[in-house]
Amino acid sequence: MRTRPPLAALAPYLWLLVFFALPFALVVKLSLSDTVLAMPPYAPQLDFAAGSAGLKSFFAALDLETYRRLASDDLYLASYFSSLRLAGLATVILALVGYPIAYGIARCSDGARQVLVMALILPFWTSFLIRIYAWIAILKPAGLLNQALASVGLPPLTILNTEAGVLVGLVYAYLPFMVLPLYAVLERQDESLIEAAEDLGCTPTGAFWRVTFPLSLPGLAAGALICFIPMVGEFVIPDLLGGSETLMLGRTIWNEFFANRDWPAASAVAVALLVSLLVPIVLYQRQQAKVLGR
Amino acid sequence: MRRGPSAFNRLSIALGMVFLYAPMALLVLYSFNAGRLVTVWSGFSTRWYVALLHDAQMLEAVWMTLRVGLISATLATLLGLLAAFALTRSGRFRGQTLLSGMVYAPLVLPEVILGLALLLLFVSLGLPRGFWTVTLGHTTLTLCYATVVIQARLSSVDPSLEEAAQDLGCTPLRAFLSVTLPIIAPAVAAAWMLALTLSFDDLVIASFTSGPGATTLPMRLYSQIRLGVNPEVNAISTLMLGVVGLGVGIAYLIQRRMRTRSS
Repeated sequence: MRTRPPLAALAPYLWLLVFFALPFALVVKLSLSDTVLAMPPYAPQLDFAAGSAGLKSFFAALDLETYRRLASDDLYLASYFSSLRLAGLATVILALVGYPIAYGIARCSDGARQVLVMALILPFWTSFLIRIYAWIAILKPAGLLNQALASVGLPPLTILNTEAGVLVGLVYAYLPFMVLPLYAVLERQDESLIEAAEDLGCTPTGAFWRVTFPLSLPGLAAGALICFIPMVGEFVIPDLLGGSETLMLGRTIWNEFFANRDWPAASAVAVALLVSLLVPIVLYQRQQAKVLGR
Repeated sequence: MRRGPSAFNRLSIALGMVFLYAPMALLVLYSFNAGRLVTVWSGFSTRWYVALLHDAQMLEAVWMTLRVGLISATLATLLGLLAAFALTRSGRFRGQTLLSGMVYAPLVLPEVILGLALLLLFVSLGLPRGFWTVTLGHTTLTLCYATVVIQARLSSVDPSLEEAAQDLGCTPLRAFLSVTLPIIAPAVAAAWMLALTLSFDDLVIASFTSGPGATTLPMRLYSQIRLGVNPEVNAISTLMLGVVGLGVGIAYLIQRRMRTRSS
């Protein structure tokens, strides 16, 4: 049964239509426009004074030229695939690092769990920029990590301004987002299931792989989605920890916009990014609706 | 699941916590370094904090960030409260999928996309970019987080409480204000705090939507970091971490007092 929207929905609805839906329509429109040397630096402009003739010539001037330009330029394709690759790789590392932590916390006593979950959430309240900045001093060629390595007689590592630096930053920044959903499913799991499996002859390891792990897959999926989607478009981490050859879409959009002032190209890259994230975003929304809705 | 952590479990928790907190601890430590380098210790000093006090541009950026944060967090919490109420309490309505879609999407959407989209809106509306455009942008971003936090709490409140108040003669608005709102007040406060934190933290949307002369603290920090690591950035970072630590500590004490009072 569907009824009229409630009155309470009116204000947030209008707000999101004006400041969220409409801007996206503008991004799509701009990606179909051409770059010109003017302010704002794109054409055609919609001429309201010309009425329907203005509207007609406006739509006639829109074309796919910017997309053709992007598809024929190796830089854009390379940054598209390297974004997906780095975000995917970071998601795998996050799952491998995050699972043992979530599992360990779920097995702690009540008091310890409360403190540990708090400790996981706390970094989220602190500045993202500052936390990434903290890694520069550690990963620099003469930084704290290489000083520590040198003091035990190991050769120095080159991490800052490489893809490895970006991966360290991604794993660091998104670790709580992977651990918390995993912990939420592991903590709720009924212990008697494991006991039953062991009574039926499973070894503890067997019980983990046959009972605990399959039951924790929804948490793993939630964590992977909530990390992967924003990581693909990440800007701060590749910009501060990656080298000039580390291409990621978020950075490409930023550079096209601020450095090259090519607004149509920035918009077209944004549309391409959005389209490739559509499937994960829909999956994520379904899952959120399942958790929060009724 | 209560079996007690194994040695392996303890080790993975310990390593995870070191990974999360060691960078921040080092950052704080080197903010008290006497030297110009943030990687070589040369004695204790508070000179970078003093330098901070004389950095007029930095103080200006802090003031701008505070104003943007307070206004956008308040707007976002009010709108989020309305959206959460509409989504949890009114059954299915026309356009519900669109509303919940618009609420959840910005949570995971890369910020560059939202920033670019908002900028194009402000340009085509002919709005001069500056304080107000950043505030509008931050309200849009944080509104979504606020909605989710409030919705999570609201969906666990029994609607029959409100119905009972209405049966006893309350108007729906009165019933909401005097019955439901006090129950969800901690979630509303948490939503406001979260919105404020996100606004203080945001670099990307602020950079896209801001104009000349309107610089937020993250924008200022970012331009300094691009020039290289510098102990003054460590000092302001330490102060920001301190404020967050204090805020979380106070919130924890309030929560604990409320819990002991109710039990």
